[in-house]
Formats: sequence, C-alpha cells, structure tokens
Amino acid sequence: MIKEGGQQYSEEYTKINPKQEVPALEIDGHLILQSLAIIEYLDETRPGGVRLLPADPVKRAQVRMISEIINSGIQPYQNANVLKRLGDEKKTEWLQFYLSKGMRAIEAALKETSGKYCVGDEVSMADLCLIPQVYSGKHISINRFVFNL
Amino acid sequence: MPIIEYLNETRPGGVDLLPGDPMRRARARMIAEIINSGIQPYHNLNVVNKITEEMGKTKRDEWLKFYVCKGLKSIEQILAETNSDGKYCIGNNISLADLCLVPQVNSAKRFKVKIADYPLIDSISTHLDQIDEFKQARPENQIDYIKK
Repeated sequence: MIKEGGQQYSEEYTKINPKQEVPALEIDGHLILQSLAIIEYLDETRPGGVRLLPADPVKRAQVRMISEIINSGIQPYQNANVLKRLGDEKKTEWLQFYLSKGMRAIEAALKETSGKYCVGDEVSMADLCLIPQVYSGKHISINRFVFNL
Repeated sequence: MPIIEYLNETRPGGVDLLPGDPMRRARARMIAEIINSGIQPYHNLNVVNKITEEMGKTKRDEWLKFYVCKGLKSIEQILAETNSDGKYCIGNNISLADLCLVPQVNSAKRFKVKIADYPLIDSISTHLDQIDEFKQARPENQIDYIKK
C-alpha cells in the first residue's frame, strides 16, 4: 500500500483491479474483489477451520451488520485516496467525525450481540473486521473511546 | 446488505437473491459491495453536505463524479464476465447485485453521469426498470415520497 508509492497503482495490478484497490483474490479460476465477498466465499468453499458465519440466521445477520458498519460505514472514509483528496488540514476532523460515528454504532451493536467475541462466544467475520478497524483508529489517534467489550 | 441476506435466508419461496453456486454468489456480493461500500458511502447526503461545506460546489461535483465513475467502471468490467444477455448482472436471474444496481444508476443520473458510457450497466438497468417489482420500488411510488 505504501511501497513504491502504492503498488496497487501499478499497471500490472490495474489490469487485475481497475479500481486500484486491495484486496483482490484470484481463486478457482476467477477473480473476487471486496473483502466481505472474499471472506464469505472462503468460508463457504473452504470448510474445516473456524466457521466465520454462524449457522443461526439471526446471529449471521448480526455478524454481517457489524462487519458492514466497518466495511461500508467507516473504512470508505479513511482510505488513503479519500484522505489525499481532503488534504492535511481537513483530514483530522473528518476522521474524528466518521470514526467516532462508526465506533459508537459498533459499541451499541456489541451491547446486544457480544459474548466473548463480537457475536456470542465464537470468532466470526465481525471480529476479523473489528481488529484492523481498532488498529486504524489507534493509528490515527482516536483514543476517546474506551472499549469495555 | 445484512437485511437483504437475512430476508433471503429466512423468507424463502420468492426469488432467491443469492445464486446457488458459490462463485456466482461471490460475484453477486462483489458487485453489490462495490456499490454498497465503494460508491454509496461517497454520495450519501451527510457526506455530500460535508464536502459542499468544506470545499464548495465545484469540488463536490468533482468528488461525486470521481467516486461514482470509478465504481461504475469497475462494475462494467465485471459485468462483461457475469452477464448473459444484458438483462441481469449475474446470468439469467435477478440477484442481490441487481437490487443494488438500479438505485445506484438512478443516483448516478442525478449526478449527471452519462450511463451510456457504461453499455452493460445501461442495458441491464433499463431491462430491470421494466420489471413490476422494480417499478413498485421506485422512490416516486412510495407513499412518503416528497415531490420536489
């Protein structure tokens, strides 16, 4: 993402994904873009490990809901391309706004859904989204939020 | 997306919005996600207001065009592989991807993006627009629609 000014902008990668974004997975003779579509595909076609989507439909919906708050409600506002467009002066306030908004929504959802993990007592796709999001939040020094969960 | 997937899983009997084949299912989700997380977040009302406030109307229009066109370009390329005869996003059936495409095309038109530049998107969304369920779901056909 950073090396050589971002290898996702290279000609070679642009042929794979014209949006110049990661991730892109070449698998089973096809290309899959988009993090959640990739995770769901791997979970469906590579069983045997941890099931990332619970069997119960309500729990599965809760997992997808938390994942989406991050994937479509926070991440789009903090990716490098957006921050570049905003410029250094405006980006801090922007990040504070969207990160805080998203984190509040997740915190409220977790009150209903969490056990040991985001949803109940099993690891799920929601946990896979939460960890990098918390890391990004810290990385851009959002420390107003104390996680109890 | 979680709402659509939940309804599809727990209310069977109508059109199945996720194809049975895992790769087709992945591709339906991929197109839906390019719209849901790759385009829509950049033109929802609160973002558009914020951008207008911070950068002015010219920059806002550039912003909208940039993200909408980038996403549509990516979808157009994927559709070349996934559509059969320009009627649906994936093969010959309605899927989650079609449900996302129609409102996205409507928004793009609002932002004065030329849909004709994306022939497959144009063909598929024109076809979908003629289906009764899609007609009923149009904004102007909702009881709380506010006429401008």
